[in-house]
Amino acid sequence: MTPKTEVQEKASLLVRLKINILARYALIILAAFFAFGLILGLSGINPLKAYADIFAYTFGSWFGFSEVIVKMIPLLFTATAVALPSRVGLINVGAEGQLYMGAWLATWAALTFTQLPASILIPLMLLLGMVGGGLWALIPAVLRANGIVNETITSLILNYVAPTVVAFFIYGPWRSPLNAMYPQTVDFVAAARLPNFFGTRVHLGLVFGLIVLVLYWFLMNKTRWGLEMRSIGGNPQAARRNGLPITLYLVLIMCLGGGLAGMAGMVEIAGIHGRLRPGFSPGFGFMGFLISWLSGGNPLGILIMSFVFGVISSGGDILQITQGLPFAVVNILLAVTLFIVLARPVLFKGKKA
Amino acid sequence: MTLIAILGAISSMIFSGTSLLYSTLGEVLTERVGIVNLGLEGVLLVSASLGFCVTVKTGNPYWGILAAMLGGALMNLLFGFLVITRRANQLASGLALMFFGFGISALIGKPYVGAMIAGTPRYLVPGFANIPLLDTPQFRFDILIYLAIPVAILVWWLLYRTRWGLTIRAVGENASTAFAAGRNPALLQYQALFVSGLLAGLGAAHLSIAWTMTWAENMTAGRGFIAIALVIFSKWHPLRAIVGALLFGGAVAFQLLLQASGVQISPFLLDTTPYILTLVVLVGWGGTRKHAAPASLGRVYQGQE
Repeated sequence: MTPKTEVQEKASLLVRLKINILARYALIILAAFFAFGLILGLSGINPLKAYADIFAYTFGSWFGFSEVIVKMIPLLFTATAVALPSRVGLINVGAEGQLYMGAWLATWAALTFTQLPASILIPLMLLLGMVGGGLWALIPAVLRANGIVNETITSLILNYVAPTVVAFFIYGPWRSPLNAMYPQTVDFVAAARLPNFFGTRVHLGLVFGLIVLVLYWFLMNKTRWGLEMRSIGGNPQAARRNGLPITLYLVLIMCLGGGLAGMAGMVEIAGIHGRLRPGFSPGFGFMGFLISWLSGGNPLGILIMSFVFGVISSGGDILQITQGLPFAVVNILLAVTLFIVLARPVLFKGKKA
Repeated sequence: MTLIAILGAISSMIFSGTSLLYSTLGEVLTERVGIVNLGLEGVLLVSASLGFCVTVKTGNPYWGILAAMLGGALMNLLFGFLVITRRANQLASGLALMFFGFGISALIGKPYVGAMIAGTPRYLVPGFANIPLLDTPQFRFDILIYLAIPVAILVWWLLYRTRWGLTIRAVGENASTAFAAGRNPALLQYQALFVSGLLAGLGAAHLSIAWTMTWAENMTAGRGFIAIALVIFSKWHPLRAIVGALLFGGAVAFQLLLQASGVQISPFLLDTTPYILTLVVLVGWGGTRKHAAPASLGRVYQGQE
């Protein structure tokens, strides 16, 4: 037997480490499913039947699987919207509100510039979605950067304001006269819709989301800014002594995070709904927070966990139909997953989200 | 604007302020022992749904109130297991608790959406009998309202006039010093969380059993977060929490008053009043009151090994 070279040894160590991490993720998810099954069982529902339903729906057919991807698209954005500010030590719990404000401003563009071709209108809506979410995040960002209030509580409270602002426009000036039953805006023109793939509801937003993830990875790992951000998140005192513009970074990164959440709102209404509806998000912003935490802000982790959450979220839909459970019940599964991660910090040592 | 409308507004101020006061008192207690519980919203939801469902099942609102209190305490103990025993990050654990509360309360409350309960008996304010304008159903309050201010005083007495309260505050300032003085920080934190859960349960019980007499998914609508902001406003002091709760109850009452007086404002924009007011309060007092916060608030006590 020839002795292994140093490089080979390192490589095999790395592989083992990766497998270890995957095994841990799998273990955590299994444990969470077990605990959730226990809760379902206690409330008189057969958990095996429930899981069989979820599995059959999400992996049993191409359509079900495509719906998982559909659910995953906004999560890619909202998770990055939380992960990016977390790198400079900011806790953005306001992605839900930022998502609504992004959708709101994008809708304004879709309803106003109906004559524009898609090649101009879609980028414009995307930009305005970012602006809407970014401006919404500017409030907690400025308050935090000036040392007035912690951003956690302000961004949380703004989540309760944004949907109301959106509802005001839907019930008021933007209400479609065509549909008296359901309050919503008129249908967007075709140029304001994102194209779908393969006859499913999977839309161009998926490509945008993946690009955002790659850009996020590139920014954090390959640029000076990423290095500076990590140093601010790691040790703000040292970063300040080194002359980094901390205030600027905090405000800018929080707004960029808000902008990403706003993009999630834009792709959701332009890709799926084709109009603005009240309460169109079943908590994508909150789920993004959990994904960011569970993945430790790692881009690959965000991709994997977004997929898992897509499955869980589709599962929530199916439980609603087959078992008559409220959709909010999926929150239990999400929370239990987080509980397990939080209760066993040994597994995730050295990672910060 | 008529006198009757104003009196009605005062009445609704008291009704909506009560649940806030109880939850704020609970959060004051946990923050005094050095723990931020962002999951208060979830705790309130679980207590409200549990209390309501027990009231429907037993027909007795007092069993419901008791169930709500125990439910709140249990939720807080779960939180305590994460942040005290497992030394997990408090903010993330709090948010996980919030999600847990969203889900569990929806599951508990599902069969009871639209159920009717009689609520708790209401008594006219003593001395108001036979006085015109004041002798109205609006000034008939339930027992939880009458108890709210005495409970605030009780919490103040516990914190500032008992040995237990002194050690609680000591742990919140510096857990290692409290440990060196022979106290058990973990045990004290569990105790404070337990009592705080009971208080949050009272607030939630007032909301679902005594006031609205109904259960709806997500019915607390951010009251947990408003309470957390009120803790800052009241400088972590139980008696100042009374002022804060009345102020926010007043915001809700003001909203109703505007609607009643026929002012042309969208109800959607009016709905945002309490949240905007919360932000204003945080901006106005958040920065200047930091020095009043317990010194090791939010810090995980790593223990002595």
